[in-house]
Amino acid sequence: MKRIVRRKPQNRDGVHPKAPSDEAKDVLLPQFVEHLRQNRTELCEQWITHIAQAELLTGMSEEETLTEATSVYDNYVEALESGSVEVLQAYARKLCDRIIPRGGETHEVVEIVLLLRDTLARSLLRKYQNDFKVFNIVLDAYEPAANRIANAVAVSFVQQQEEAIRKLSTPVLQVRERLLILPIIGVLDTRRARQLTEQLLRGIRDRRAKVVVVDITGVPVIDSKVANHLVQTVEASRLMGASVIITGMSSEIAQTLVTLGVDLSKVNTVGDLQGGIEEAERLLGYEVLRDPPCAGMEGHTGEKYASTHS
Amino acid sequence: MQVPILKQGNYLIASVQSALSDDDLRLLRDDLSDRVGRFRSTGVIIDVTALDVIDSFATRTLQSVAQMLKLRGAYTVIVGIRPDVAFVMVQLGLTLADVGAALDLEEALEHLNRRSHKPNEYRTMRTGDPRGSARGGGAPSRPTLSGVNRRQDQDEKPRSGHASPRSLEHGR
Amino acid sequence: MADESRINISNAAEIVTARRQGRVLAVQLGFDGSELTVIATAISEIARNILEHAKDGEVIISRCNHRRKCGICVVARDSGPGIADIDQAMQYGYSTHKGLGIGLPGTKLLMDEFHIVSVVGQGTTVTMKKWRH
Repeated sequence: MKRIVRRKPQNRDGVHPKAPSDEAKDVLLPQFVEHLRQNRTELCEQWITHIAQAELLTGMSEEETLTEATSVYDNYVEALESGSVEVLQAYARKLCDRIIPRGGETHEVVEIVLLLRDTLARSLLRKYQNDFKVFNIVLDAYEPAANRIANAVAVSFVQQQEEAIRKLSTPVLQVRERLLILPIIGVLDTRRARQLTEQLLRGIRDRRAKVVVVDITGVPVIDSKVANHLVQTVEASRLMGASVIITGMSSEIAQTLVTLGVDLSKVNTVGDLQGGIEEAERLLGYEVLRDPPCAGMEGHTGEKYASTHS
Repeated sequence: MQVPILKQGNYLIASVQSALSDDDLRLLRDDLSDRVGRFRSTGVIIDVTALDVIDSFATRTLQSVAQMLKLRGAYTVIVGIRPDVAFVMVQLGLTLADVGAALDLEEALEHLNRRSHKPNEYRTMRTGDPRGSARGGGAPSRPTLSGVNRRQDQDEKPRSGHASPRSLEHGR
Repeated sequence: MADESRINISNAAEIVTARRQGRVLAVQLGFDGSELTVIATAISEIARNILEHAKDGEVIISRCNHRRKCGICVVARDSGPGIADIDQAMQYGYSTHKGLGIGLPGTKLLMDEFHIVSVVGQGTTVTMKKWRH
C-alpha cells in the first residue's frame, strides 16, 4: 500500500529547503501515532466529554457512544498513520454508515470529527510542549492529515445522504403479481438512470416480474444519453424475461427523441399510466370485464379483478 | 466440463455450471443438436444462472446454438441471466435475437408451452373451441364469475389437428 | 493484498482466471454491484482478443490512483500480428474474425479510459481503467 505523496513545500520562499524536516516528520509521525494509541482510553473519554458538552449525538446512549467513539477513534488513528486515500475513504464511509441510521446530521458529524481533531492536537501539544521546534514539525504532519480526514468525512456524508435520497426517489412498486411499476420523477441524469436500471433489474428478479411499466410523466427532459439508457433498460429486462412498457412521455420528450434519432423500435410505449397498466394486464393474460350491470348499481360495481389461476 | 442435459417431456434442459470454454460450448451445441433430433424436442432451455460473465464470445455462441437448434426444429429459451450480467450485455450492445428469455425454469417452461400451444394448467379454453372438451376434461372454459380471466390463449387461433407449432407465432 | 496480478493468456481457461482475479481485486478496491460485472466482462473481452488474434499474451491487473480517485487498471499485452488500422478495429461491428465485432469497441464503452497502441508485426497493448465513483 502506497502512502500518498505529501505535498512537498517547494522552496516557498526559497530560503529553507524542507528536506531535513521531512525526514523528521517520517520519524515523528509513527512516534505521535504511538502516543495516541497509548493514551486511547483517556483521549476517548475527553473527546466524549466534549461531544456531550456540545450536545451532539443526543440520540445515543452513553454506552453506545463509548463503543462507537472508540471504534471511530481507532479508525481515525489508523487513517492518520497510513494517510492513504483508500483507508481514509473507507473510514469515512464506515463512520457515515454508523451515524446516518442514528439520525445524525451533516453538521454534527463534521463537528464530532473536528472535536476529535482538536482533542488530539491538544494532547500532542501537551506531549511536545517543551520542544517547540519539534511540535511545529508534528503539527506539519498532523494538521494536513487531520484536515483531510475531516474533509473526506464531510464529502462522504453528503454523498451517502444523496445516495439514500436517490434510492427513495425511485421506488419499484408491485401492483399485481408479476407486474411492477416504476414511476420516475425529476431530472434523470446518467448516474440516476444507471441506478434506476440496477434497481429495476433486481426488482424483476426478486419479485419475478413479467411486465414492468416505467412511467416518465414526472420527467421534464431527457437527453440522448439517458434515452439510450432507457432503451438499454428495456433490452436488459427482456434478457431477464420481462417486458417493459414506457408511459407518460411528454410531447417535448417525444420530440427530442425523434429529433435525436433514438431507436425506439423495440420500446413499447403507451400514452399514460392507466393505458400502460391495461396493456400490462393484457400481456399478463388478464382481461378486464365489467360486472353485468344490476339495477341501480351501475357505476358502483366498477371493474373488479379476479384471476382464474393464481 | 460437460454440460448436463435433461429431458423433460418435449423439452431439453441444459444447465451451464461454470464458465464455458470453446470446446465445452462446441460439445454442448453438438449434444443438443443431436438430442433435439433424437427426442424430437420442440424446445430447449439453457440455464445460465451460474454464469457471472456473459461476454461477446459467450453471447455469439449461445446465439449460434439457438439458431442451429431452430433449424433443427426447436426453440431456445435462455434462463437465469443475472441482473448485472443483463445490464452489462446491453451496454456492450449484446442482445440475443431469435432467442427467448425467461427468469427461471418455471417461466421458461410456460414460455415454451405458450409457444407450442400445448395444453397445460395455465391455459384457459376459448369458448367454442372445438377441442375444448377434449382438452379441458369438462372444466368450464371460462369462469362464469365476472372479472379478469387469465387468457394465455389470446393469440390462439382456431386450428385443426396438427398445425406446426411454430407456424402460429413468431417472436414474443 | 497483492497490488498487481499478472496472468498469462494462452488458452480459454486462463481468460476465466484473469476475470476472476480482476473481480477479486475490484472487490478489494471497493467496487460493487454491476461495476464488478462490468470489470470482469471487460477483462474477458480483451483477454479473448489476445487469444483470437495473437494466440498468447498477458493481462496485468493493478490498482491505480489519480488525485483522489482510486480505480482498477487493466493492461493486455501481446506480441501478435498487431492491428494495421486501429480506427477500423474500433468500429462497432467490424470484425476480422467470425466474431460480432463488439469486443474492443464494446469494452471501450464499458470502461472509463481506454487506450490502444499497436505496431504491425510487433504486437498490441490495450490499457484501460475504471474509476470508483
